[in-house]
Amino acid sequence: MRDVAVIGVGINKWGELWEHSLRNIFVDAALKAIDDAGVDHVDSMYVGCMTSGLFVGQEHLSSLFTDYMGLNPIPATRVESACASGGVAFRSAIMEVASGMSDVVLAGGVEKMNDLDGGGVTFALATASDQEYEAYNGITFPGLYALMARAHMEKYGTTREQLAHVAVKNHANGVLNPDAQFPMKITVDTVLNSVEVADPLRLMDCSPVTDGAAALIVCPLDMASKFSKATPVRVAASTMGTDTIALHSRSDLTFLNSTATAAEKAYAMAGVGPRDIDVTEVHDCFTIAEICVTEALGYFEKGQGGAAAEAGATARDGEFPVNPSGGLKSKGHPVGATGVAQVVEIVKQLRGDAGERQIKGVKRGLTQNMGGTGGSSVVHILEAV
Amino acid sequence: MAVGIVGYGAYIPLHRIKVEEIAKVWGADAPSYKRGLMLQEKSVPAPDQDVITMSVEAARKALKRSGINPVDIGNIYIGSESHPYAVKPSGTVVAEAIGATPDIHCADFEFACKAGSESMFVSYGLVKAGLVKYGLGIGADTSQGAPGDALEYSASAGAAAFLFGEENLLATVDHTCSYTTDTPDFWRREYQFYPRHGGRFTGEPAYFKHVMGAGTKLLELSGLKPSDFQWAVFHQPNGKFPMKVGKKLGFTEEQMTQGWLVPKLGNTYSGASPLGLTAILDVAKPGDKIFMCSYGSGAGSDGFVFTAQDKLTEVQGAATQTWDQLNKARYLEYGAYAKFRGKINKLEEN
Repeated sequence: MRDVAVIGVGINKWGELWEHSLRNIFVDAALKAIDDAGVDHVDSMYVGCMTSGLFVGQEHLSSLFTDYMGLNPIPATRVESACASGGVAFRSAIMEVASGMSDVVLAGGVEKMNDLDGGGVTFALATASDQEYEAYNGITFPGLYALMARAHMEKYGTTREQLAHVAVKNHANGVLNPDAQFPMKITVDTVLNSVEVADPLRLMDCSPVTDGAAALIVCPLDMASKFSKATPVRVAASTMGTDTIALHSRSDLTFLNSTATAAEKAYAMAGVGPRDIDVTEVHDCFTIAEICVTEALGYFEKGQGGAAAEAGATARDGEFPVNPSGGLKSKGHPVGATGVAQVVEIVKQLRGDAGERQIKGVKRGLTQNMGGTGGSSVVHILEAV
Repeated sequence: MAVGIVGYGAYIPLHRIKVEEIAKVWGADAPSYKRGLMLQEKSVPAPDQDVITMSVEAARKALKRSGINPVDIGNIYIGSESHPYAVKPSGTVVAEAIGATPDIHCADFEFACKAGSESMFVSYGLVKAGLVKYGLGIGADTSQGAPGDALEYSASAGAAAFLFGEENLLATVDHTCSYTTDTPDFWRREYQFYPRHGGRFTGEPAYFKHVMGAGTKLLELSGLKPSDFQWAVFHQPNGKFPMKVGKKLGFTEEQMTQGWLVPKLGNTYSGASPLGLTAILDVAKPGDKIFMCSYGSGAGSDGFVFTAQDKLTEVQGAATQTWDQLNKARYLEYGAYAKFRGKINKLEEN
């Protein structure tokens, strides 16, 4: 297996991109990544996208995107693992380069969600849950994460305010990200006074509906200087874990086994532990998710994620800076693009290119991207070279 | 010769329903609707009121203020998305009721919420072209929102009528413009009772793009700055949009509050910015400049710049003023409202 490096990143301004189509959102981000890397060719491409068929009626993204990028006839593959599709696309590209099959591979993620109304989006996202045992009985993702939140509160005494602190912190970070969909400061009261969605979760506990794309270029680490003038970032670990698709099948609703499994493997692969991670991007689709993820990653003891968020341990100047990009909450959550965008942020942080939100002295970063309520999780560890 | 408004009139039904009353029925969060849409209540037409009856009421007030002979009116155009008949004009009934038949051009207009301002523009244009002595443009609607839909909190009823002519002007029309694209943000197909809409798509790419488009163009055409105006009125589908777009164009709350009827009136669709204009004409002083910009889904915006004339102050009190109508209310519970709006119907015995 060859060591793999990220040599190019591309992302566009996320939001309600009414004037843009699925294809031009993706192509824009992908071309930015190619420009950033400075490569003159791409050998292969992976696209992470959860459900463009339901969102805009378009499948067959491999051909669509290679066509509109002028990359035909290279091989291209669309991968899907619900909201973890982007992370899986990156992992697929890494494996193709590590195996020696290809040298320069593009990993992109995209989702165009706003062409549907609220009901349509909710239905499309709910296809990531267990259709027979969850969705058909009427529950959707806000309801499932509300159950996780309620269980966490009952079991560990996590408070409503602690959940709010996650959103407040992520919005404070998002203010510094020019690509974020909702770069506005909020307070704990903003969260507590927002509309109730599924008790105990309120509107400001939930990530938004977003159109957006992100892309990465990877190549063998020892060939990085041959292909690109950009500072390479080494992929130290790429892992994935799975768990029951239905939340009710788990013995503990508050613990994300798929994340914990992927994290353990990643730490072993990179030869590091949680305390060696300087900056992290996690899948905060709901505020409770970030709390559960930071526990599953081993940053905090089980049940302590809420208190840690409230104490500022996950702020940019905290012990474990989490989601300096603004996270899904403020930056936005175009589901298929999220996992790729997390890597974009970590690469920028490791290169020292993160602008006002740059965390000083970071050498190693981690991304955690999750499908459903944790039915799948992808973890990557990246290191400055 | 200058062309402008020679008479205007507003009609707002007496009945209202509060946001809380609708929210209570649907288990919705009233405070968030009131905050989010900046709405408190909306007008409701009685069972015997429709676009035709409200247009007659508004036209009669316009005639009263103008003092003209109705037989001199050369055209009547009523803009509405709730004409009582799919085939057969509303305008003929109104023309007959105000004594303007038979030497009169007539057709009904439809362009979602901007059919009223379009009827004003065409009436103004015909006078300016010298084809008619007086032109009557009306915007009126008894709009419907599907039960439980966000639109149900705003869809209301009202009418505004404007007579255009060349003599005894109450306000001159100084500039006009329009901004139109194919943007399907809100629609109702034939045989459908309630309109459908594109949710958040009705905001930025629809309302804001077109109002900003027409508004910016109108400022350029007129060579005026927002601070040159005493008053400004925008299409008001809810309380938030007009204030937001007005401020974005550079207007202040003080310039907009008089014509900002929506928190108490709801969205009168084709009547919305025209009714706001009547409220401004009720208080404007000679020389005051007025900025108006409508919006209709589909989509387009019409812009007007008016200057109030000396004669306006003489006729402001000649008919019931808009805010006086708005402040007089009879509140309905949801049951009576549902009956009034045809959401429930009595079983007809054979």
